[in-house]
Amino acid sequence: MGLSTRDVLDIASLSGEDISLILETARRMKEIFRRPVKKVPTLRGKTVVSFFHEPSTRTRVSFDLAAKRLSADLVSLSASTSSMVKGETLVDTVRNIEQMVPDVIVIRHSSAGVPHMLARHVSVPVINAGDGMHAHPSQALLDMMTVLEKKGRIDGLRLAIIGDIARSRVARSDIEGFLKMGASVVLAAPPTMIPAGVESFGVDVTYDADKAVSGADVIMMLRIQKERAASFLFPSVREYALRYGLNAERLKLAKKDVAIMHPGPINRGVEIAPDVADGKHSIILDQVENGVAVRMALFYLVMGGQWNAGD
Amino acid sequence: MLVIRGGRVIDPGRLDGVHDIWIESGRIVRIGNMDEHAEPGDENADVIDASGRIVVPGLIDMHVHLREPGYEYKETIATGCAAAARGGFTAVCPMPNTNPVNDSAQVCRFIIDQARSCGAGVKVYPVGAISVGLAGRELAEYGELKSAGAVAFSDDGNPVTNGQLMRRALEYAKGMGLPVISHCEDLLLAGKGVMNEGTFASRLGLAGIPNAAESVMVCRDVALCELTGGRLHIAHVSARESVEIIRHAKQRGIKVTAETAPHFFTLTEEAVGMYDTSAKVNPPLRSAADRDAVREGLADGTIDVIASDHAPHSTVDKDVEFDAAANGISGLETSLGLSLALVKENVLSMADLIEKMSVAPARIIGKENGIFEGAVADMTIIDPDSSWIVRADSFCSLGKNTPFDGWELNGRAVMTIVDGGVVFDASKSGL
Repeated sequence: MGLSTRDVLDIASLSGEDISLILETARRMKEIFRRPVKKVPTLRGKTVVSFFHEPSTRTRVSFDLAAKRLSADLVSLSASTSSMVKGETLVDTVRNIEQMVPDVIVIRHSSAGVPHMLARHVSVPVINAGDGMHAHPSQALLDMMTVLEKKGRIDGLRLAIIGDIARSRVARSDIEGFLKMGASVVLAAPPTMIPAGVESFGVDVTYDADKAVSGADVIMMLRIQKERAASFLFPSVREYALRYGLNAERLKLAKKDVAIMHPGPINRGVEIAPDVADGKHSIILDQVENGVAVRMALFYLVMGGQWNAGD
Repeated sequence: MLVIRGGRVIDPGRLDGVHDIWIESGRIVRIGNMDEHAEPGDENADVIDASGRIVVPGLIDMHVHLREPGYEYKETIATGCAAAARGGFTAVCPMPNTNPVNDSAQVCRFIIDQARSCGAGVKVYPVGAISVGLAGRELAEYGELKSAGAVAFSDDGNPVTNGQLMRRALEYAKGMGLPVISHCEDLLLAGKGVMNEGTFASRLGLAGIPNAAESVMVCRDVALCELTGGRLHIAHVSARESVEIIRHAKQRGIKVTAETAPHFFTLTEEAVGMYDTSAKVNPPLRSAADRDAVREGLADGTIDVIASDHAPHSTVDKDVEFDAAANGISGLETSLGLSLALVKENVLSMADLIEKMSVAPARIIGKENGIFEGAVADMTIIDPDSSWIVRADSFCSLGKNTPFDGWELNGRAVMTIVDGGVVFDASKSGL
């Protein structure tokens, strides 16, 4: 059994079975990390082109490492090293890349919908590594994998997402993924950061971070972009940290076994206090490790791989 | 001599019945009913059989972009006029956002000369700029523009953010007897928005444009219209709040008129689908409630005019990231077909539709347009029932950007007549 879709463009287009398959494959991939030789020949002779049109460290390194651990050949492009700086359009750039016969294209772009547009133009699988404010499916998958690992289940859990939901692709993908896998979701943010039409999302919304924290099994803190104060989304970093930041005091309202996530990079002292980020509830670094495993699973599955125990 | 025989002639408020029309030297010379067996009266006459067809005063699209001068890769005056003729339009009003901007008599004359010499036969009545260079800083020379042939003033595409400038524009244009056409958009509220604000934009992760970005400016301009006594025409109404503000203004006797485009009474934001840039337009396609309010506004007379906001673009502008894609729909060749659906769906009577696509725009730009003896013979013959498929790649317009590609429409223009000459004949176009 493989994925029901050629591409991994967003969580909405994956079925629950797809997600389960990816998470199970990723769990097995992770076993490779503990071997003395952290590399398998599974994708030898396959070519991965990763195209990051927007700055990224963590996601890019994670995809690169995933490709290398599966022995795929990797070509990494960024907007500044590609001909796009010479005025070539995105579609032309990617059509040219396609002539190099990659087996999969990984794309990160600042504009929502670009991976979808590319998928319509190329004949190989496209993996979305984050598009504008739209989707970040591999992030949501690694979040689900980390929660599953720590809690043993996703079904029935309560996820609180706190931060600029309206402008977060991570939030969108997490909402879709966790709901699909049976969790309930509560969003907490000032009204300026709640997306229009949120009532159709199937989530709870509160403007009070305390309410979101109490009763949550998992808390996802979103990175706050400090320059957004200039768009009148919040008055100051100080007020934001006080009202929505996760600190030791607010954490007392949470369940004893709450797990705390963050997609990174974190703003210490803004959305999350240093002692909380480094504390016993934090699973932020597990997320990073699982990110590689999830991306290995995605490469493996979109290239037609079927996992069986003897592999 | 040309004789149009046996069509249902509709000139709202003037005529509605089966008549024959005799045309000579570019004018209507007689309207009557010839004996079925009699000769038309002149053996050299060309007789057009219009039985089963509707004959109306020439359709006028008072809001188009012809792109020339400056953006000839998107459209030229020749291709835009050919698209107009095929769409059933005898006249169009091109907006001034060309390069150079139509803010001077020279540019205005150039546009009219190009239209005359291109051979498409469609009349072009340019809209001059409200402000020099559409920059919103100083008034363009309205007197010069009017002398050169401008019929209205607009900074379409660039909303007039300065309330004082808008006030003075309305006042000064009043002295010319011409209307000011307002593109109502608060740019700061619209922000980086690329589609309607709401659930769809939120799911797609696209920045939204709230209805209020339009309606606050409609509100301001209605207030300035009342203050100045000038003539205000609101372009491309998309939001239900705007409809309500205009309705209220009209009830109070303010001299405001308004137009909407076929995409606003036909589509909703759902047409964006998965980032389809052919449905990216400004103002954006709105919610179903807005679409319904626009239809109500058309039905009750709040919205006077249907204009396509024909905005042709090339693939260079459209086949890119949704955020980066140009706004606009190539509308001249689908406008009538989409609008006829309003008659089928009992939103408008046929006479009301002709009023909004022909008579009202003519009145607003100060041109005579009607079917009566002595009138200039600008007419459109419509087959109200023929079903056809929209094929963007066969448009006369260079702009193939339409969300209606592949749609089946009912009804179309079969003949367009300007100054008594046939400028489009479907039977000779293989349609």
